[in-house]
Amino acid sequence: MPKITYRKALNDALAEELARDNDVFIIGEEVAQYNGAYKVTEGLWARFGDKRVLDTPITEAAFVGLGVGASMLGLRPVIELMFWSFAYVAYDQIVNNAGCIRYMSGGLIHCPIVIRGPANGGTNVGATHSHTPESILANNPGVKVVCPATAYDAKGLMKTAIRDNDPVFVMENTLLYGESWEVPEEEYLIPLGVADVKREGADVSLVAHGRAVITSLKAAEILAGEHGINAEVLDLRSIRPLDEDAILKSVRKTHRAVLVDENKPFCAVSAQIATMIQEKAFDDLDAPVMRVCALDAPAIYSPPLEKLQLPTVERIVEKVLSIR
Amino acid sequence: MTYIEMPKLSDTMTEGTVVKWRKAVGDSISVGDVLAEIETDKAVMELEAFDEGMLTEIYVNGGGKARIGEKLALLAGVGESAPERKDASIPAETRRATDVEEHVQAEVQTTLARLAPSAVRTVAGPNTRVKASPLAKKIAAASGVDLSQVRGSGPGGRVVAKDLDSLPKEAVHLTATAPAAIIPLALPDGAKRIPLSGMRKIIAERLLASKTQIPHFYLNIEVNAGELLRLRTQFNESLEKAGAGKLTINDFILKAVVAAAAKVPRVNASFAGDAIIEYTDVHLSVAVAIDEGLVTPVIRQAQKKSLREISDAVKDLAMRARNKKLKPEEYQGGTLTVSNLGSYGIESFSAVINPPQAIILAIGAIVKKPVVNARDEIVPAHRMAIGLSADHRVVDGAIGAEYLAELRRLIENPALMLI
Repeated sequence: MPKITYRKALNDALAEELARDNDVFIIGEEVAQYNGAYKVTEGLWARFGDKRVLDTPITEAAFVGLGVGASMLGLRPVIELMFWSFAYVAYDQIVNNAGCIRYMSGGLIHCPIVIRGPANGGTNVGATHSHTPESILANNPGVKVVCPATAYDAKGLMKTAIRDNDPVFVMENTLLYGESWEVPEEEYLIPLGVADVKREGADVSLVAHGRAVITSLKAAEILAGEHGINAEVLDLRSIRPLDEDAILKSVRKTHRAVLVDENKPFCAVSAQIATMIQEKAFDDLDAPVMRVCALDAPAIYSPPLEKLQLPTVERIVEKVLSIR
Repeated sequence: MTYIEMPKLSDTMTEGTVVKWRKAVGDSISVGDVLAEIETDKAVMELEAFDEGMLTEIYVNGGGKARIGEKLALLAGVGESAPERKDASIPAETRRATDVEEHVQAEVQTTLARLAPSAVRTVAGPNTRVKASPLAKKIAAASGVDLSQVRGSGPGGRVVAKDLDSLPKEAVHLTATAPAAIIPLALPDGAKRIPLSGMRKIIAERLLASKTQIPHFYLNIEVNAGELLRLRTQFNESLEKAGAGKLTINDFILKAVVAAAAKVPRVNASFAGDAIIEYTDVHLSVAVAIDEGLVTPVIRQAQKKSLREISDAVKDLAMRARNKKLKPEEYQGGTLTVSNLGSYGIESFSAVINPPQAIILAIGAIVKKPVVNARDEIVPAHRMAIGLSADHRVVDGAIGAEYLAELRRLIENPALMLI
């Protein structure tokens, strides 16, 4: 199986869907002639032309609103946000319009829009460019949120997102764009709302999404090698819908859960999962559910400190040892 | 604002008594100040302050009891004032009702009607909260395990699932064959109801656990103590001249018990569910009677100690035990026990094993009596009875006999101990 980068996997997914369905189009800042700020749309304008791949001014509220309107009329727009941090200026379009229209129209109007782009800290771009809004957006019934951790998942989830009839927000990670994984050449789709056991284990469940999955896998190696603790790593892949069954199955096997989350801790995705675990698997727990989140401060600008702000391998190992 | 809570000061402690407060309301407190003296089941210990501030409220007065974690007092930081006195004071007040007569009970009942259920339980009986994970509780409920009997290995002493896996099965299933409760007579006229002290409660729990869970068997011998008495007299005469402290018969016996255990290590052991643990060091527990009960302070690594060192150690431990000045680590971790009732005129007896140890020795008084000697003559002799109680899961009759034979050899030839 060939190894390709996370960036290339996304690019392939977009190209395949553009080719498969004439209703699909891409719109965003620098996505066409410049090939994308992070080169995710590289070559797509050249191949599919002006009508399918469109550059916009710096006007998130306008072009997200354009996409919402287009999707209500049956097109399948893929909107690139240069950073998910910029979604806040288009919040009304994203949450009020995209998120609520199907409900408020009694199911008559669908909004098959995809909004995608990087949503991560850790790259020294400052607090206003480093938000992780998956918790904020997943809070709204009517939307779907996915956070792929590998190239394989990025491609499969992106293709499913484009074909889905509801708004799907794909949160990527600039630190993963250049990383490579094995991705099959034949077409495949990954359903939304299905988590993936990235590493089997028996002693503790590390539940994570996005790049935190990769950090958790590294921590699991250290736990196994240095502490004799066999950690299971469960990649949520999709925040909403959430694969509660997979989380509960893992916790019922290991009886211990450490949730790893690049969100800030307050009302984070992991807070939701912790609540769910104690509501539905209380009697299976042999230790309190613990979390390793970003430190609760705006993204720190100093690069050495910023690295410590996000969940580190060391913090995960330490947290697991605290409940062994 | 910091609450001072009843700390856990020994591994078996479930509640403590505030003997007296060394600080009063209004006193300003620095870190490290001794706030109060707390009596645990084993000793009286000092309660130190870990925070600074002003002592603004005392919830449990001198003489009052509190369970581990219960609020004893309130320390306010600079500029803070005490909150309305409500919940925190309730347990202490209701607890006093446990040891008084019926008319007070009636009053308490009225008070209780207004209290939270948890406070009611305090009066109803010793309801010690056991820290256990939800999974451990589920397993315990399904298999009939009494969690209060399980030592937790999780963070903060929490009982976790694996602590239940490692339990010996017979220790676990208490409910299936639980005997009918023994109900005391209704309080007759003039009878006195004496509430259990912390120590009494622990003695009751541990010895009941020992007698119900450990299959005891008993071996008895009588040894000739004539040579021991002679050697001791000889030693003490010269010690007296040198102005040194005298040696007791018991010192020699302890030395012999330890030396014999080093020779027959199987008796210096514990039953551990799926294994027997044989200890390298002989940590000798010595039963010391004190007011209200007994304690068993431990002479550590007794196999490395000389007769004089054992003598000094036991003297020091016994004295501090009587003054309740032992630290928890000084009465924990023993590997076998000696109980000597000789000085009380007891000729022979059988002792209850001090769990999780495998044997206990019961030493009687040295008695002068007629014996038949090797030439079939009846002669007067100094005789001493020794009883061995052993856990049959660890020690068999033959091992017990081998141990007692070695003990007899040493006591009847006491010079051998000095090698």
